[in-house]
Parts: sequence; structure tokens; C-alpha cells
Amino acid sequence: MAVSQAPPAPPGAAVADATTGGTRTARSGSSGLVPYLFLAPYLVLFSVFVLAPAVYGLWISLHRWDFLLPVKPFVGLQNYLNLLTRETAVGNSFWESMGATGKFSLFSVPLLLVIPLLVAMVLNKKFPARTFFRAVFFAPYVLGVAVIGLLWRFLLDPNTGLLNYLFGLVGLPDDIPWTTALPWAWVALVAATVWWTLGFNTVIYLAGLQEIPADLYEAADVDGANPWQKFRFVTLPQLQRVLLFVTTVTVLSSANMFGQSLLITQGAPGTQTRTAIMLIAQEGLGSFRMGNATAMSFVLALFLSLTSLLIFGFFRRLGED
Amino acid sequence: MAATTDAARPFTEATDAAPPSGGRTRWGLPKIAGFGLLILLTVLYLAPLLWMLVTSFKSVNEATRWPLQWLPDQWLTRSYDTILRPGSATPVLRWFANSMVSATAHALLVVATAAPAAYALARMDFPGKRLVFGLIIGTLFIPPIIFLAPNYVIVDSFGWINTLWVVIVPGAAGAFGVFFLRQFFLGLPPEIEEAAYVDGANRFQVFMRIVLPLSKPALATLLTLSYLANWNDFLWPFYVLFTPEALTLPPGLGRLQGQFNIDYPVIMAGAVVASIPVLAIFVFAQRYIIEGVARSGIKG
Repeated sequence: MAVSQAPPAPPGAAVADATTGGTRTARSGSSGLVPYLFLAPYLVLFSVFVLAPAVYGLWISLHRWDFLLPVKPFVGLQNYLNLLTRETAVGNSFWESMGATGKFSLFSVPLLLVIPLLVAMVLNKKFPARTFFRAVFFAPYVLGVAVIGLLWRFLLDPNTGLLNYLFGLVGLPDDIPWTTALPWAWVALVAATVWWTLGFNTVIYLAGLQEIPADLYEAADVDGANPWQKFRFVTLPQLQRVLLFVTTVTVLSSANMFGQSLLITQGAPGTQTRTAIMLIAQEGLGSFRMGNATAMSFVLALFLSLTSLLIFGFFRRLGED
Repeated sequence: MAATTDAARPFTEATDAAPPSGGRTRWGLPKIAGFGLLILLTVLYLAPLLWMLVTSFKSVNEATRWPLQWLPDQWLTRSYDTILRPGSATPVLRWFANSMVSATAHALLVVATAAPAAYALARMDFPGKRLVFGLIIGTLFIPPIIFLAPNYVIVDSFGWINTLWVVIVPGAAGAFGVFFLRQFFLGLPPEIEEAAYVDGANRFQVFMRIVLPLSKPALATLLTLSYLANWNDFLWPFYVLFTPEALTLPPGLGRLQGQFNIDYPVIMAGAVVASIPVLAIFVFAQRYIIEGVARSGIKG
């Protein structure tokens, strides 16, 4: 199987090592072919499925590249120029989907940063059954987006869903079109996503909280700090690295949202909850217009890289305070 | 290193470090409020899963009745018969097996290729090292969406479309595993390896017999994270697998929803079949899985 290629041939390795001398210096000195043998299996994968497609994708984006047509004419930057304006059909869909991704991230990221931190701080106290709670909140993450999508599509069904029924029981409107109209569709997608990934962020926060030395809090107690001050001046600064990690991961996974939209709203109403990733996948792998799709993906990638830089910059400035 | 060992056992660590108040929880008002929040959240998490289970035993009428009918009149196995019978157009068990094979092979492939590469980058000097390392780390920051269409063309040229290869292999090229293991190897004390070289061992022997055994926790973490990522992958398999026998669970469940529309009992039965084994594994391995995730955050 694929795995068998992994360990580089031992006899060769032994020989190569012997030729450079089995001396002590061999460890830090150059050792001929051996490093390359160790690297080879991964580098094969890396070249074929990361390096090659990165370059190839750029090349594709410069063509009117329909996967199914034999002729793929070179069009220069035309695919990108089409995206610069909302006048073209493709530019219009693209910016609508970028807006959808942006809105979804804007709504979901703050919730996914704050609520898990709250839950983690509660779980960080001494509690009976803490392991149980932690496992329960984490469980949906293991189930994956497909199960979560199916389940929430059912819970949110405007006509027969549990959520509308419960709303009716407590005197709220029981006919909210969760999956078919705005703003409800956003509420639904954000709620399902928070439910799904809350445990993931909680677990990372919790590990971070447990790294904070207890004597910092004791010192704060001696200084007469109140709980808010302890949070502001001990917890938050100590969590900075973890916060950076959680923020980056949450922003990037929100920006990559696909399954929830596909399974819960199918992009409805119209295509207003179709995310950028969903559009790129449909355009490239559904309709095989790969020139358009790759151009879109590079523009999206540019946005995501800028966002990551902004996050890093923000945390660096925080660190200087 | 300290971060790693602490993260490996968060709870025992915290419990041991807690002030010696006789091992009993002290219940102040904030603590009661916190506990209330946890109970509320637990209901919010368990109720939907329970609802999924109950619904899978209903008839279509019972599942779409308004006002809601909580429990079925008769607990029917119709939904399960529909998806589990041989020759079903939506063979959920087959998808489950495909997902198992795919996630297992993928996770092993990641570890088997990333570990030697990471070791070379952590402990060996060779011409081109900085270039290779720079390239690998550089791609950590490239959003994977740009690989989507070109990789489709590449795997198609291998004839891999609609086979399990397509969900096992390309994803293993990601840079995270190499980066993660390299960090771990750099943290190992080099003296042990040096002693082995003095005893006449070669690099391959040192790697296999000393480094890998010392790295079991990191290897297990990487295995777990890769397994979960592959198990949950949705977009890529959704587009590269299409015949019913070839699907993995996530695209299969998408297909189930498309085919059964509002036959919620069948859809929920599919979700149950997909969930139960994973939840069972999770119950036994949850510490391990959760701590793998927690560690990735602290190291990252």
C-alpha cells in the first residue's frame, strides 16, 4: 500500500551514512544522500499536490479553461478583469458570494471567540463531571459537518421543525422561515456553526487557561484585584498566544464555510447565502469552468492572506501595550 | 516541552494544583450560575441528538405532523431497512466502510511521510535545506482553495476520480504534519541520539528505534487530527466521488438528503448510522482526541 513507500530503503541509508564516516561529526555534518531519502516520500506528495497545482492553477486562471472542451484559449488577465466589476455575470456572483462569506464571518467569529471562552472559564473551575461536559460540547465536532447539516436542516424546517415548534410553545412566532429567507437564514447558519464548533474552541481555550500559573492569580488577590481586573490583567494577556491561534483558525474556517450552506440553505434565498468557497467549487468542479474558478480562488486567497496579516498585526500591537 | 506535557493531562494537572480544600467543591453563587450554564448547554447539545434518534424510528407522517408528535406510535425500522438493505441506492454502511478505510489510510500516510521529512529538517544539515523548509512552511499560509481545480485535473490524469485514492492521497501533502513533528523533534534532547551514534547506530536505526518511540504522543496527536480531518472532509469528496459505492459518508449523507427530501426518518437514520460508531470511538478515546486538539492549539 501507499504506506510501504514511507521508510527510506535501510540498506541505502546505512551505506550512505557509512561513506560519510560513522564518526561523531556525522550527526551534525552533511551526510550525503540520507537527508534526501528521509525527505523523498513527503516531497513527492508535496510536489505533485501542492507545488504543481499552485503553479498550474495560476496558468489555468489565464485561460478560458473549460475542463470538458479540448480548446482552452489563452485570455491573459481577462478572467481577473471580469471579477473586478459587478457588470459581468461572473463578477456579480463572485462579489455576492464574497459578501456572503464576509457576513457569515462577521456574525459567527465574535460568537465563536466569546462564548467558548466563557464556557472554558466555567469549566476551568472545580466542578463535578467536568470531563463529561467537555466531551458533550466537543461531540458534534467529531460528527462532522454532514451530520450537523442534516440534523439542523431538520430542526430548522420552517413547517415541521422542532425549533419553530418550541418557539410556538413559549409564545414566539412559530413560522419563521429559517432556511428560506433573510435574515433568518444567516441566524440559522451561524447558530448551527456555533453549535458545531463551540466545543473545539472551548477545548483549546481550556488548555490555554490551565497553562496560566496559579501564583499570578494569587498575586492579583494580594493586590486586591476584582474578578474583572483579574480577567483583564492576568487571563487575557496570558492567553494572548492561544487567542491568536483561536482567532486565526476561526476566521479562516468561517471564510471556508461550505457544508452548512450547501446542506441547510442550499444558498437560499436565491443565491444570497452561497459562500465564496461554494461558488468556486460549483464553478470549477460543478460546471468545470476552471479558468473562472481559479481566478476567483486567487482573489479570495489574497483576501484571506490580508485578513491573516491584519489579525497578526492586531495581536502584535496588543502585545506591545 | 512544558506546554506539551501539561496539555497532555489538563484535568489531573488542574485538580492537583487546586487549593487543598479537602477535595470538595465549594459552591458560591458564581459557581452555581456556572453550573446552571453547563446544564443548560448540555440539554442544548443532547436534545438534538436524541431528537435525531427518535425521529429515525417514526413514519414520514409522524415526523412531519404539526403540532409535533414527540414519540412514534410504533417504533418502525423502515428507515434503517431502506438504507441498510443490500442493493440500496444509498448504501450507508458502504459509505461508512469507505470513510474508515480512507481516514485510516490517510492518517497513516501523513505520519509515514511527515515523520522522516520532519526529522531530516530538524536534525540534518544538507544543501537546499533552507529552500525546502521555506517552501513547505510558505504553503502553510496558502488558502487550500487555490489547489481545488488544478488538483482535480491532476488526479483525473492519474485516473483517480471516483476512487478512494483521491480522498486518501492528495490531502496528505499538507505542510501541517511536517511543521508539527519538526517542532516536536527539535524539543527532544539530542544527547540520547548522540549516544546511539557513538554506539555505531546509523541515522535510519536511530530514527526508527529511538526517535519514533520517544515521539509516540506527537505521532498519536498527528494521527488523530489527520484522521478527524479526513473523516469530516466534505467539499472535495462531494465533487470527486459520485457513484453510490464510491462515496464516503459526508458526500453520501448529502446525497441522502437530496434523494429523500422531507423523508426525515430516513435522513435521520443515515445520520444516526454515521454518528453511532464515531460517538462510540469518541466515548472511549475522548481524552485522547480532545487533548490532541488542545495540544495543537498550544503548540501552534
